[in-house]
Amino acid sequence: MVGIVIISHSRTLAEGAAEVARTMGVGKAVVEPAGGDAEGRLGTSIDLVEQAVAAANDGDGVVLLADIGSSVLTAKTLIEDAGDDVLLADAPLVEGSVAAASMAAAGAGLAAVHAAAESARDHRKAG
Amino acid sequence: MNAAAFAAWIRHTAELVSADAGRLTRLDAAIGDGDHGHNLDRGFRAAAEALPDGVPPGKVLMAAGRSIVSRTGGASGPLYGTALRRAGKAVGDAGDVGAAGLGAALRAALDGVQELGKAAEGDKTMVDALAPAVAAYEAALADGSGLADCVRAAADAAAKGADDTVLMQARKGRASYLGPRSVGHMDPGAASTALVLRGLADVAGEG
Repeated sequence: MVGIVIISHSRTLAEGAAEVARTMGVGKAVVEPAGGDAEGRLGTSIDLVEQAVAAANDGDGVVLLADIGSSVLTAKTLIEDAGDDVLLADAPLVEGSVAAASMAAAGAGLAAVHAAAESARDHRKAG
Repeated sequence: MNAAAFAAWIRHTAELVSADAGRLTRLDAAIGDGDHGHNLDRGFRAAAEALPDGVPPGKVLMAAGRSIVSRTGGASGPLYGTALRRAGKAVGDAGDVGAAGLGAALRAALDGVQELGKAAEGDKTMVDALAPAVAAYEAALADGSGLADCVRAAADAAAKGADDTVLMQARKGRASYLGPRSVGHMDPGAASTALVLRGLADVAGEG
């Protein structure tokens, strides 16, 4: 199954988004949080993200969701060294994670899960 | 420049960043999230402590880049880390890097930073120090200057580039949320880039 990694500046934000995404993935989707720096403070740790990617990847690939700033740059830096089975979704964190987890739980492949995450950009909330 | 000179640059830059961490953090507190000096101090300190021995300059740069990505914590980690790693890749296996080789490495670093951060000149980022520095280096090289003079020209251009960010309105990072209110402050990433290149000029001048 395609795995999902949620990268946030905050450990609790990553864990909370992962909790929501896992529920929407009906308990089947593999969603790994990678939040905060190595000491658990606000920040980003590429080592934590690498560990989460390794934990989420069962061979079918991983989609990364990132919040802002250094989370996004860290994801892109990691992808530069990773194989082509790790993709960053250009998507809002919570909506993208939920969409990706839903599609992954349905047994879809990497490209479809990535596309589902990116489709979450267009979900309007007002107007 | 040989591997020892590049290692000396990383160690010297770590000292410069450490000494100026308070100023960089204050600049960042004005328009960013107020951690730039502290983060970069941690990153360069880690890089200086983990410098490998007995490897060519390219490997020194790539090891320093890896340490900085791992330990810095903010957006400057991936950006400086990518800059150093791309520079290291550009240098390749050369045992000694001449003026042309260092120019190519600096150009590769700039390309890497722009590819990752998607910033253009005028966006009020580290690119506003690094891009004029690379241009000044290449102009000096074309005039027949040696490595030390090329690096001095780059460092001077980076310092001016950092000063010029004061009047710019930010279009990247947290500062961009402030719109016109970001004008009137120097970009902390441009300031630290000027510092890193000043460190390179100090080391190149000795060699």
